[in-house]
Amino acid sequence: MGIISRGFGGRRRDSAPNLPPGQYLTHDFPVLSAGPTPRIPLDRWSFTISTEVGQKHTWNWAEFTALPSEEFTKDIHCVTKWSKLGTTWKGVSLDTLFEDVETAADYVMAHSKGGYTTNIPLEDLLDGKAWIAYEFDGEPLDPEHGGPARLLIPHLYFWKSAKWVNGLEMMHEDEPGFWEAAGYHMYGDPWSEQRYQGD
Amino acid sequence: MVRTALPGRLTWQAATVTAVRAETPSARTLVLDIPDWPGHLPGQHLDLRLTAEDGYSAQRSYSIASDWPGSGPVEITVQRLADGEVSSYLTDVVQVGDRIELRGPIGGWFVWRSAQPAPVLLVAGGSGVVPLMSMIRDRGRVRGRQPFRLIYSVRTPEDACYADELKRRVRDDPGLDVHFVHTRKGPDPKRIDVATVNTYGWPPDFAPDVFVCGPTGFVETVADILVALGHDPKKIRTERFGGK
Ligand SMILES: Cc1cc2nc3c(=O)[nH]c(=O)nc-3n(C[C@H](O)[C@H](O)[C@H](O)COP(=O)(O)OP(=O)(O)OC[C@H]3O[C@@H](n4cnc5c(N)ncnc54)[C@H](O)[C@@H]3O)c2cc1C
Repeated sequence: MGIISRGFGGRRRDSAPNLPPGQYLTHDFPVLSAGPTPRIPLDRWSFTISTEVGQKHTWNWAEFTALPSEEFTKDIHCVTKWSKLGTTWKGVSLDTLFEDVETAADYVMAHSKGGYTTNIPLEDLLDGKAWIAYEFDGEPLDPEHGGPARLLIPHLYFWKSAKWVNGLEMMHEDEPGFWEAAGYHMYGDPWSEQRYQGD
Repeated sequence: MVRTALPGRLTWQAATVTAVRAETPSARTLVLDIPDWPGHLPGQHLDLRLTAEDGYSAQRSYSIASDWPGSGPVEITVQRLADGEVSSYLTDVVQVGDRIELRGPIGGWFVWRSAQPAPVLLVAGGSGVVPLMSMIRDRGRVRGRQPFRLIYSVRTPEDACYADELKRRVRDDPGLDVHFVHTRKGPDPKRIDVATVNTYGWPPDFAPDVFVCGPTGFVETVADILVALGHDPKKIRTERFGGK
C-alpha cells in the first residue's frame, strides 16, 4: 500500500466487483487517440492479414460484412483509468478471419489508418478472445470510436484495441507498437495493472 | 512507424507539495518537490495516486505545467470538477507539506522538442492549456525562435489559467501570439470555429506542428476543423482529457 493521503476518503460511488484495480467506472464513452479522427469511406475500406512469408488475405467491406458475425457484451478498460461495463458490439471473430491463414509466427502487429500500430501475441486474438467490431450498441461504429471497424480485445487495455484497423502483420518476435515504444507495457493486462514498461 | 528503445521502468515515489497557487477560482497549481525526478519533455504527464486510510486508492493523470530547467520543482495545474473525486481533493484539501505519490514522466508522443524548427500552433480548451504552457515555457527558457501561436478557449475571462504570465510573455516576445475565445461571457461570447482557427492559427502551407488539448468534444471539433482547412493529419497531435 502507498502512503496515506491526509484527508482523502475517496468518493468510491462506483465500486463494482468486476472492476480491475486502479480503474473507475464511466457511463459515457471517452475518446482517446493520438491525432484527428480519420473518416474512411466504406468503398475504400479494406482489411489485410499478412503472414511472415508475405501471404496476404484481404477483405473489402462487402466481403468482410458477409462473413459470419457475432454479437457480444464485454467490459472494456482504458489505461487512462476508466472502465465501461457491459458494452455491446457486433463484429467478426478473429477465429473466423484466421481460418485460412497459415502462420507459424507468435506475434501480431495491428496497423491502422494514419500509421498507428500495436502489438499482440497471436494467442490473445484467438479462441473467442478478439473481434474486428463494426457496430456498437446496435449502430454502425462512430468514426471517433474507430469506425468503420476496430480491433476489440476486451481482456487487454483498450489501446490494444486499435481503432480504424486495416491490417494485421504476423511477426516472429514481439516488437513494440506506437504506445509501447513510448513506454507503455508490451502486453497490457488490466488485472495486473500492466500500464507502463516494467509494471 | 519508428521503433525506438523502450524507456526504463516507472516507479511510484513520494513528492512533497512545496507551494500551492490559485490560477483561477476553480484551478490551482501544485508545486511538487520530487527527489528522483529524471526530467521531462514539455507535453508529458505524470500519474498521481491517492490512498485513503483503509487502503482505497484512486489514480489520475495530470499534465506537467512547468518546463524542465534541469533541476527544480515540477508543477501541475488541476481544474476542479464539480463532484470530481481526485480533482476536488487536489484543489481543496492538499496543503503545503503534504506528500503525494506519483510516477512519471509519461508520454512520448504529445511532446514538443525545442530542436524542432517548425512553427507551432497550440489550441487549448479549459485545462487543456496545461501541457501547452509547458511548451511555451520551454520555448522561452531555451529562447526558441519557432513562432508560436496559442488559441485558448475558456468559458469566461476569469477561467483563463496563467493569464498574467501569458500577457507578460506576449508583451516581451514578438514570436508568441495568444488569442482567447470566451464561450460564455466576455466581449464576444462564441465557440471556436473555422474562422477562429483560420484567422489565429497558421496556414496549412506553413506546415506547423499542431498540438490540441482539452475535453474530448473540444479536441474532436478542433481536429476536424484543422483537417478541413488542409492541415496534414500527421502534423496534428491531440490529447483528450476526457469529459464532454
Ligand atoms: C493525459 C491526461 C492528462 C491530464 N491532464 C490534466 C491536467 O493537467 N489538469 C486537469 O485538471 N486534468 C487533467 N486530466 C484529467 C484528469 O486526469 C482527471 O480526469 C480529472 O481531474 C477528473 O478527475 P476527478 O477524479 O476529479 O473526477 P472523477 O471523479 O473521475 O469524475 C469526472 C467527472 O465525471 C463525473 N462523474 C464521475 N462519476 C460519476 C457518476 N457516477 N455519476 C455522475 N457523474 C459522475 C464527475 O462529476 C466529474 O464531473 C488529464 C487527463 C489525461 C488522460
